[in-house]
Amino acid sequence: MSGFIEQFFNIQIMVAAWPTLFRGLAVTLMLCLAVIPMGLFGGLVAALASNSNYKIIRWPTIAFVDFFRSIPPLVLLIFVYSGLPFAGLRLSPFSAVVIAFFLNNSAYYGEILRAGLNSVGYGQTEAARSTGLNIVQTHLYVILPQAIRNVLPDLLSNTIEVIKLTSLASVVSLAEILYSADMARSITYNASPIVLAAFIYLMILWPLVRLVSQFGKNLDV
Amino acid sequence: MSQWERFTDTFFNRAVIIKYLPDIYHGIWITLELSILIVIFGILLGTCLAVLRVYKILPLSFCIIVFADVFRALPPLVLILIAFFGLPSAGVYLSSFFVLFIILTLVLAAFSEEIVWAGLTSVDSGQWKAARSTGLSLNQTLIWIILPQAFRLAIPPLTNRAIAITKMTALGTVIGVPDILNQATTAQSFSGNASPLMIAAIIYVIIFLPLVIASRWLEEKFSWRKA
Amino acid sequence: MAIAALEVRGLSKSFGSNIVLDNITLEVAKSEMVFILGPSGSGKSTFLRCCNRLEEPDSGEIFLNGEPLTEKNVNLNKAREKIGMVFQAFNLYPHLSAEKNVSLALRKVRGFSTEKANDVARSALDKVGLADKYRSYPSELSGGQQQRVAIARAMALEPQVMLFDEPTSALDPELVGDVLEVMRDMKASGITMLVVSHEMNFAREAADRVIFMDNGSIIEEGPPEKIFTAPTNSRTKSFLTRVSGN
Repeated sequence: MSGFIEQFFNIQIMVAAWPTLFRGLAVTLMLCLAVIPMGLFGGLVAALASNSNYKIIRWPTIAFVDFFRSIPPLVLLIFVYSGLPFAGLRLSPFSAVVIAFFLNNSAYYGEILRAGLNSVGYGQTEAARSTGLNIVQTHLYVILPQAIRNVLPDLLSNTIEVIKLTSLASVVSLAEILYSADMARSITYNASPIVLAAFIYLMILWPLVRLVSQFGKNLDV
Repeated sequence: MSQWERFTDTFFNRAVIIKYLPDIYHGIWITLELSILIVIFGILLGTCLAVLRVYKILPLSFCIIVFADVFRALPPLVLILIAFFGLPSAGVYLSSFFVLFIILTLVLAAFSEEIVWAGLTSVDSGQWKAARSTGLSLNQTLIWIILPQAFRLAIPPLTNRAIAITKMTALGTVIGVPDILNQATTAQSFSGNASPLMIAAIIYVIIFLPLVIASRWLEEKFSWRKA
Repeated sequence: MAIAALEVRGLSKSFGSNIVLDNITLEVAKSEMVFILGPSGSGKSTFLRCCNRLEEPDSGEIFLNGEPLTEKNVNLNKAREKIGMVFQAFNLYPHLSAEKNVSLALRKVRGFSTEKANDVARSALDKVGLADKYRSYPSELSGGQQQRVAIARAMALEPQVMLFDEPTSALDPELVGDVLEVMRDMKASGITMLVVSHEMNFAREAADRVIFMDNGSIIEEGPPEKIFTAPTNSRTKSFLTRVSGN
């Protein structure tokens, strides 16, 4: 039992590793601040395009969304980071992560927002158009506010996934929390730094996870 | 060499692909094996945990909720690394395949528990009253009346979640599981060519695209019933 | 001869092989209230929605105060400011208060400042008897109140013609009266109204002209006394008998 505590909950090592992990946390947060808004924007474009009346816009968008929901994020990331250099495109770990996550997140947020758009009855569009509002105004002031409100639980749920996804950046040596923790582990031969990283993730995400569960009616937790 | 030829040579090099195809086949087998096991055991475990919550045994429900929260809040990679590096020093020696299997099963179980529980609570309470008033026991009501309805509601989010988690088998690469991605990156290092990686990406898409399309179809089919 | 407020010539529309509107020609004079009756499937709703091109007619022309509505280069948004529409399902914006529901188009289409838009909105709500509810959200209002807000929303733009698509069909019986009261006031103020509705008694009392539609065509039209007491067409007769239960 004491071996267990020694291996997983070694306070001394945790304290020593804390500064490195804290810097890693900053990188994680920076990553989130970049990736989440970009994904939401990309998702909005994808959602609007998926509902387009023109097949030439709709079909490629749906193909894009399904493709990037099929490929595992790690595979995509490694492809962008180590595959693209072979084509002459060498990216920094941060850029590679941002690009790979942008593609992946746009697909997932896109599907959620598309469901949101479809949840707003057509009568709303008719009412707005009948008072002279054009398509852009109708979407901006009438449709989108309702669409987003309707799928807020799903958007939150996916955002939690995105925050967790940043841990993958450690695989391409981006110094976020997990990478820093893993470095500390390899120096100390002790898993406690990673347990500390786990606690940090829990502190940030547990409240959000509880919040999603409280949204009762929503089934996609 | 023209631009196009350079491109195909880098990403679709026949010689390299043929050389590493056996390894990649092996990787496909591992990935599929893992995926199927994870889906079966994960959803089974999650459903059992959700059902256990019905009995309202407070300490048990509390533990289940904590388990579900923790395994949904933590990134799977963190859990995998803790298990992989920590367990041996605690005297538990497992293969990386097994570690990946256990962790991802637990993660899927956590999500499944919440989804099935949400499904159970969505079933109209009138169903319980009707069934019990005809003399059915709690267990009988649960098995024959409530669970089938809860499951019907739960299928679309369950399939979505199952697909998302089986894609995480790629994380096994980090701890040495010889899955598709691992075989591909190894082949890439040895051959100095990106074709194995390209093939790996294509294979993943071939495996998961039908599932994604099927889940899209399922969602449309079942959204009917919700209304 | 005064220009008709709304003129429709040869309007036709089909959905696939189903002919929903068959060469409809109609004129509504300024300040006239015209009622359209008919069985379901007669095309009356579709006709109404073609008038502000929410549905696109396959052929035919529509003129609003002499200005063509159906030509290719018509600015539809500008045109729709002059035609107001009230829907059976109200279609109020649930995320906006009553005041904001009414003022949205004033701000975005007319370019009013927020202050001016709110003033106009509040006076429009006052006219339908809901001055004290301007901060309320649709979910806090009864069906009748919601429909009155919807009317205020359409009227705030001071349209030349008002279209009503079964405005009271979705209301509980005791709330219908409030909406009809507002419509009576609107008639008295001289606004041109085209109404699709089942409210026979209201038609009898308030309409200037009643039109009976069936199977996409206008079967009969005339003043309410004539249509309700002495219809000439047999289909009109059988419809009225069925509906009034005499």
